Amino acid sequence: MSLTELLNQGLLEISAALGRREVSAVELATAYLDRIDQAQPELNAFITVDRKHTLQEAALADEMRVASPDLPWVGIPIAQKDLFCAKGWRTTAGSRMLENFISPYDAHVVEQLNRQGFVTLGRANMDEFAMGSSNENSFFGPVKNPWDLTRVPGGSSGGSAAAVAAGLAPAATGTDTGGSIRQPAAWCGISGIKPTYGRVSRYGMIAYASSLDQAGMFARSAQDLALLMDVISGHDPRDATSVNRQDAPCSHGLHQPIRGLRVGIPKQWFGKGLSDGVKAVVESAIQELLALGCEGVEIDLPMSEQAIPAYYVIAPAEASSNLSRFDGVRFGHRAAQYKDLGELYEHSRGEGFGPEVKRRILMGSYVLSHGYYDAYYLQAQRVRRLIANDFERAFERCDVIAGPVAPTTAFPLGSFGADPVQMYLADLYTIPVNLAGLPALSVPAGFDHGLPVGLQLIGPWWEETRLLQMAHAFQTATDWHTKRPASYSGVTQ
Amino acid sequence: MRFTEEDVRRVARLSRLALEPKEIKGFQLDLSQILDLAEKLLAIDTSKVEPLAHPGSSSVFLRPDVVTEINQREAFQAVAPEVDRGLYLVPRVVE
Repeated sequence: MSLTELLNQGLLEISAALGRREVSAVELATAYLDRIDQAQPELNAFITVDRKHTLQEAALADEMRVASPDLPWVGIPIAQKDLFCAKGWRTTAGSRMLENFISPYDAHVVEQLNRQGFVTLGRANMDEFAMGSSNENSFFGPVKNPWDLTRVPGGSSGGSAAAVAAGLAPAATGTDTGGSIRQPAAWCGISGIKPTYGRVSRYGMIAYASSLDQAGMFARSAQDLALLMDVISGHDPRDATSVNRQDAPCSHGLHQPIRGLRVGIPKQWFGKGLSDGVKAVVESAIQELLALGCEGVEIDLPMSEQAIPAYYVIAPAEASSNLSRFDGVRFGHRAAQYKDLGELYEHSRGEGFGPEVKRRILMGSYVLSHGYYDAYYLQAQRVRRLIANDFERAFERCDVIAGPVAPTTAFPLGSFGADPVQMYLADLYTIPVNLAGLPALSVPAGFDHGLPVGLQLIGPWWEETRLLQMAHAFQTATDWHTKRPASYSGVTQ
Repeated sequence: MRFTEEDVRRVARLSRLALEPKEIKGFQLDLSQILDLAEKLLAIDTSKVEPLAHPGSSSVFLRPDVVTEINQREAFQAVAPEVDRGLYLVPRVVE
């Protein structure tokens, strides 16, 4: 197999080539870095690329492979969403506020990946502080969709998704607070998983809305997602919401048959608002699951339409609290002009944050302020429980819920420039999952007018393996996940 | 418009955010729209429902109260905008 072919393979193939010494970690990292350099002017998928740093990591990986030949992932390169603190790497969260922030420590996810010998290819672009659904809110410029450079890749983990879709990395980390892994995965035609809340530690992941934020992965197949889940999952006492459980590794259950599993189809998710093109693709994907022996069950999620209103109270409230740490004193941007401490805070924050971040901080301060806390914030938390109860009831009748990820395919850049709130409404199928804390993934399911469409699978709490098992069966029966954007197939390297 | 200019200024003060005059107009409109969205929640009967703060709230645990972090002042202050002899510098607060 040529090096060019190898770059487009899955983790097991790349690992095997490294194990057989057909390629070194340094050669592999160099080849991906060359692709990144070539694609960067067009896609802007990365905020920071540091060839020297990456090649140092790769050289260490080559030594590590000699010392520990049994570790399978040593030397596998990945892209890191720029929200995960990584020691010695600039970590910006897509914000001017952290433009010059070199992290003094590693996030738990980064630590886990480093321990297994993964090599960081660079820091993937994202919406500022993970607030956005299009990657247009990055201080470092928007990311372009590799399938159509006039369109957005989705967000907030848009750089991670675009990088994997364009073959610039075999896998990438992401975070999902309201759909920020699943939606870009769907729009870039790759696989992405958001685990159960509490499965992956949030330690060192720059916080947006802590009761919703969850780290996850992007890759080219459900199988690779399962393998990566086994690296990043697990209890971490440094995150008080990290749950101490002894789940079997996701990759062990991957090949179990899916015959007889009940697939819940939420009737509310196929009506008004869903585009015809996406609907047709998702329905035919569900037909495929039924053809593989699953049983279809109609389910009812009546409260899910309240998810967006509840989210836009809860997430801004938590954001306004989390982002109060950016004060221009301990780290991050400090304004040049101020006459007292109050102005130091206000000017540093006014200059350091972009418009979407300010919008959410302002909204959060409002709903948490005296006289509105009970009416909006507590009410939103009560509705949140009703939404979780809906899912709990639904899972009495089905094993997995299947539906769309987003109502449309990727939209053209600038579509919502004048009307940011309108963009919020498009997250109607992903946000309920975060409110309930459930695991969910997106897998490529087909195309609408040449643009990728994702199938969303949602599982009961802690049932990632069942989701991945179903996604793997789907990918064994179909080849949507092998489709690559023509300009980035790697042939013209 | 549900948010007046003064409302925006008030939440900006609470948020410690300096806003340009032209930003205030924009946020007036945006925040009013978000509030319209949030208003839908008020019609739902939740009189018998407990608030859900986070999905794992039923399994919150305690950890032993022991020192786990070593002193890393120099590493942490290396990213601070202004420090002197181990102290963070800010404008004078007490005259």
